[in-house]
Amino acid sequence: MSEKKSWEDLELAIELPPATSLGYKTGGWRIVRPVWNAAECIHCMICVAYCPDMAIPAEKSEEGTVGKGGRVFKGAVRRETNFDYCKGCGICAHECPTKCLSMIREEEAEQAACKVPGEV
Amino acid sequence: MATLQEIALKTAGVEARIVSGHRMCAGCGIGTIIKTVFAASDRPVIVLNATGCLEVTTAVYPYTAWNTPWMHLTFENAAAVAAGVESAYKALKRRGRMSEEVNILAVGGDGGTYDIGFQALSGALERRHKFMYLVYDNEGYMNTGNQRSGATPFGASTTTVPAGTVSIGKPQWRKNLVEIAAAHRIPYVGQSVAHNTLDIYKKAQKGFNADGPAVLAVLQPCTTNWSYEAALTMKYSRLAVETNFWPVYEVENGFVHINVKPADRKPIEEFLKGQTRFKHLFRPGNEHVIVEMQKLIDEEWARLVKLEESGVQL
Repeated sequence: MSEKKSWEDLELAIELPPATSLGYKTGGWRIVRPVWNAAECIHCMICVAYCPDMAIPAEKSEEGTVGKGGRVFKGAVRRETNFDYCKGCGICAHECPTKCLSMIREEEAEQAACKVPGEV
Repeated sequence: MATLQEIALKTAGVEARIVSGHRMCAGCGIGTIIKTVFAASDRPVIVLNATGCLEVTTAVYPYTAWNTPWMHLTFENAAAVAAGVESAYKALKRRGRMSEEVNILAVGGDGGTYDIGFQALSGALERRHKFMYLVYDNEGYMNTGNQRSGATPFGASTTTVPAGTVSIGKPQWRKNLVEIAAAHRIPYVGQSVAHNTLDIYKKAQKGFNADGPAVLAVLQPCTTNWSYEAALTMKYSRLAVETNFWPVYEVENGFVHINVKPADRKPIEEFLKGQTRFKHLFRPGNEHVIVEMQKLIDEEWARLVKLEESGVQL
């Protein structure tokens, strides 16, 4: 039998630095993506509070940001979805009270992004 | 009382205690629940996580989604380790080696709480360790592919009680964890739902600030094994409350208080529709199951209302 050790001599279990999963981009799971129409947004924060992937950034804005009806929304405002992590579940679009979010297929988004401006 | 704006800012900020990159299914409500609970704590939080969906999806080596001290535990002992951590924390404070105030949070799914971890939970509540136990209840062992648990509702088809020509799915009603926890005479027990962010926040705050153990049970619709479209998680969560299937209430120092009383109770079919686990109930010959289910729900609700109105201390 090996020598008896006190608990203070025992090795630690696996230790990890915090929040390393930020290096794992779950955006590749997406089939549909939320398209945000900022001009219709009332910055109610429902999507931010619901997003299970913490993929919708929000920040406190003193100068505010222009939303629905040209109104300037101050305080908590949402920003464009972080597509590195958005899995495309669609909860945001389904719960949005102004329907300023809509889900489109990834291919469509890619085609739109590849289009040269001015080309028909 | 915090507004949704304040909660959203706390959960989206860089100081969030759980971050993106976890591997929960698209549309899973656990992420929403856990980040709201974290937002309710102004102190550092130590997390003791029983095996379950939350654990396997947030800690795939070498990745971790936790930005706070976190420990993975077996199904059985999350509450026991929380008790140990709380005792160690008290000892360190007594010896002057630690002065910071912290909150201790044990988290488990319904399998790790209603069934496997139940003994440890009951023990920790009885010894009155100051910690909060959070259970995200998706009504079955969903991580391993929908096996029946003590939280699975009556009539649900699972892989271990499949519906068929003879079976109607699970023949028993689920157990009432909130009342079981309240029977330990602990200061705070709450029941909430995934879509009600303000309610989860308020209850988590009460739980963290309680003078003793607290239990918070949150219904978390499971897109994979209840089998509905990922975008509908909050819809099913809402329907569970509107049909009285999952009452939102709390037991504070033994006194029952119902937080949400649906003005117009919807028939239970509204909730059952669209979920694969209840699909068989809509086949001819199974109408009696829905009738019985509705009766059970109405009886449970009437009992709960009576408990609240009587003002009797549980």
